[in-house]
Amino acid sequence: MVKRVAIVGIGTTGFRPVTPDVSFRELIFEAARKAYSDAGIEPSEIGGFVTAAEDFLEGYSIADEYCPDQIGAVLKPTQTIPGDFLHALATGYMMIMTGAFKTVAIEAHSKASNVKTIDDMMGFALDPVYNRPLRETPHAIAGLEMTRYMFETCTSSEQCAKVVVKNRGNAMRNPYAAFAAELTEKDVLGSEPVSLPLHRLDIAQHADGAVVAVLADDQTAQALGGTPIWIDGIGWCTDTPTLEMRDWGEAAYARIAAEMAYRMAGIANPRGLVDFAEICDEYSYKELQHMEALKFCNRGEAADMLESGATSLQGELPVNISGGALGVGHLFEASGAHKILELVEQLRGHAGARQIPDVNIGLAQVWRGVPTATGAVAILSNM
Amino acid sequence: MKLEDYELGGTHLRSSDFEKGKVLTTAWQPNLAYAWDNGVAIGRYLAELKEGRIVARVCHSCNRIMIPPRMFCELCFKPTDEWRYVKDTGTVNTFSVAHVNWDASRRGPKEPPLIPAVIEIDGASPGMGILHMLGGVSPNGITVGMRVEAVWKKPGERTGAITDILYFKPIRAAAAKSPRAAGKAKAGRKPAATRARSKR
Amino acid sequence: MGMRKVAIVGAGITKFVRRAQETGKELSWQASKMALDSCGLTLDDVEAVTLGTAPDAFDGVHMKGEYLADGAGAFRKPYMRHYVGGGTGVFSPIHGWFHVASGLADIVLVVAEEKMSSCHPHPQGAFLTIFDHTTEQPLKPTLIWIFALEMNRYMSTYGITKADIARVSVKNKGNALDHPSAQVAEKITVEDVLNSETLCWPVNRLDISPASDGAAAVVLASERVARRLTDKPVWIDGVGFSIDTAYWATRDLSYPRYVETAARMAYDMAGIKEPHKEIHVAEPYDPFDYKELHHMEGLMLCPRGEAARLTAEGYTARDGNLPICPSGGALGVGNPIAATGLMKIIEIFLQLRGEAGKRQVPGRPRCGLAQAWGDLMQMGTVVVMRI
Repeated sequence: MVKRVAIVGIGTTGFRPVTPDVSFRELIFEAARKAYSDAGIEPSEIGGFVTAAEDFLEGYSIADEYCPDQIGAVLKPTQTIPGDFLHALATGYMMIMTGAFKTVAIEAHSKASNVKTIDDMMGFALDPVYNRPLRETPHAIAGLEMTRYMFETCTSSEQCAKVVVKNRGNAMRNPYAAFAAELTEKDVLGSEPVSLPLHRLDIAQHADGAVVAVLADDQTAQALGGTPIWIDGIGWCTDTPTLEMRDWGEAAYARIAAEMAYRMAGIANPRGLVDFAEICDEYSYKELQHMEALKFCNRGEAADMLESGATSLQGELPVNISGGALGVGHLFEASGAHKILELVEQLRGHAGARQIPDVNIGLAQVWRGVPTATGAVAILSNM
Repeated sequence: MKLEDYELGGTHLRSSDFEKGKVLTTAWQPNLAYAWDNGVAIGRYLAELKEGRIVARVCHSCNRIMIPPRMFCELCFKPTDEWRYVKDTGTVNTFSVAHVNWDASRRGPKEPPLIPAVIEIDGASPGMGILHMLGGVSPNGITVGMRVEAVWKKPGERTGAITDILYFKPIRAAAAKSPRAAGKAKAGRKPAATRARSKR
Repeated sequence: MGMRKVAIVGAGITKFVRRAQETGKELSWQASKMALDSCGLTLDDVEAVTLGTAPDAFDGVHMKGEYLADGAGAFRKPYMRHYVGGGTGVFSPIHGWFHVASGLADIVLVVAEEKMSSCHPHPQGAFLTIFDHTTEQPLKPTLIWIFALEMNRYMSTYGITKADIARVSVKNKGNALDHPSAQVAEKITVEDVLNSETLCWPVNRLDISPASDGAAAVVLASERVARRLTDKPVWIDGVGFSIDTAYWATRDLSYPRYVETAARMAYDMAGIKEPHKEIHVAEPYDPFDYKELHHMEGLMLCPRGEAARLTAEGYTARDGNLPICPSGGALGVGNPIAATGLMKIIEIFLQLRGEAGKRQVPGRPRCGLAQAWGDLMQMGTVVVMRI
């Protein structure tokens, strides 16, 4: 019987605003080769593969076709999840728990720079009958949610801007990050309005890059040596896709996914037990909204927690020390992948200048972006 | 359970339902644009096409000469090792005679059918084919195993694209002696294909 | 192996039609509701939902798994979409199997949907972008080319005629006359197929399954729950899937090696040594008639190059030694891609339970198989089921 699943290897290209020098295949090959070398395993020994991709992000119908070659999956059990890397991770976790697979590799990447009409593409995800004909910018949906969140929790635009300042500042210590910057709240609030209360700098910019991780069952992980990073809990959830039915203030998808992951990990008191977290901050307010959904604090207290410094590198529960999506870049379906990468580096003690001291349990959380109400949570530990 | 015991969903609409306005529809033309990074392997492949040459990559572990070129060998999972020019001649692995366009519209009475083919390129490892078109030949004159050569655009008109090769055309007469596929395929093919094709 | 056993306990399906009045969400709901009703469950009993659906370009919605979520019954549940091109429908219960066999859930709803008619002027247009954007799309390929190329190579290698292949279309369209979901069931002859319009030689119109709208769903349960819900659980005893290289023009087009690898995985898991003897009824994927033959060979249900002869001899007829596509398959019932694969799973489920009505194959089959194929002729998915 398989008791636990571990991440035994991880590799990345790092993240950059553009990657004109390499094709998507060459980009992914680099990450895969590093991951397999990190795990000390040959791709021929890997039992199964899961990739995360969406057709329109790739510019292919049936983008799944192009997944096998660059990860060494030719004639292997391989599948694609049109979801975040964390959804793919959950699938890999289940595959190993069935006992039918000893090792599974998970891949996600972004070639966002190749999509020339990202906003139109996001709008193409809206309900074709009810919502699209209104021809709103898709960011307007985030604007609506931000307004309602700020109203329900008495949070201000200034406080949301502080998320941007913190995360892009954190990215200064992350060599993988594409958008490190020293900003002030004034810079954020002074940037162009997109869909108020959202300003341009409240929104994460896109970056390119790839991440591959190798999972293994407990026996294989022990046999490989190294420092296995265990998947203690994983959860995923979809709230309604129908905008008209949505609870605009609370991120229910994140709360329910977290409850599932906490239950699996046996965590009753997240604030006390989780040492650090990498959570979705595609829009500044999302970090605060998600902290509440993850039960790091009561509703309406996330901004206070941020202002008290509790979520900084030195704080009691550091959040987005990598720089988050605001600092590292929005990575399409690899968004969860960079969070898992950061968790693994921190839990192995390899995070260099941004290493958080004495960490044992980390949490990664993602949201699939506008207009979805879908998210996932993973809890990793080094014990 | 039996399917026959259920009232199944799925209500069939007819074209007339739309024409008579019985059903309302919403239309949307998505604005999707992409500019793909060619990267190292395909970047060089296209640059060479512009010069009128076809380039492959060689893997020293499995000794395959691969086209289209790639910077890694998907079987050995290692970086490939060197560039190698291959010929612009090859052998037809298989072909079709297409009377429909890419969007399923029918080709007009004056438009000749398109003849897509998989062409195994000389100089690349056996079985290494690319998708391209056949031209300069009547559809009835094509066989699996036929020898073909590239017909290029004029140097000034090439753009660094797969379409810098206009099509492949049969190599006449002398070149008939050649590859492995020809003999084997010919024997198997004749009764099948000729009979069916004469029906058209 | 210490694997948890997983059973199919309920099934639902819509009619397959060229153009449905229902939206994709509504079709998904109709199939899901029927599947839950068939085993006496409600949405509250469902712990997780997984959805299979092929290219977003059909429905014309980016991230269409998200769009379809509420129709598929996923509201505030763990919900994921899985995707292996045309192989998706048979992969759907495999993804559901992961949920249950891993111990993560006891009851999982598996839904497959396709609404191809939303894509205008024709869903075939969406297939241009399945080809490599740099080395192939500039040649303006259609999906039919790739099948025509493969069919020609298959015919050339084994000396098979178009008439040999057309018998598959005749058989399946005839079988579909007894399927309540069928879109293009009809009694036709080999001559009809050969005389139908030539689209891309050697492919004629009646060699091809139609574009369709439709949905299907099954409920999976762990052993403990399954035995409480039904006295006829159908066990998923083997699952297999495999993908070949995306450089399709460099492959041996006469043999689907990816189907063989997927089948070997499923047979190993199910302990099947001699598939042609141990499998009593099979539903290989038949979007084109030659594909059924190709797949029978890949599944090792017959020697390479022999499938056409066996078909001609009636071996694969509903009352033959090894009934193939007794449902009517994609050629007869219709081909809403992902939903077709799940339709095949449902057919085997009903055949093994002896509930296939007029389609029932004789001899009380105990072991059946469904298979789908997808992507650039490179993905194989196989499920072995027993009662």
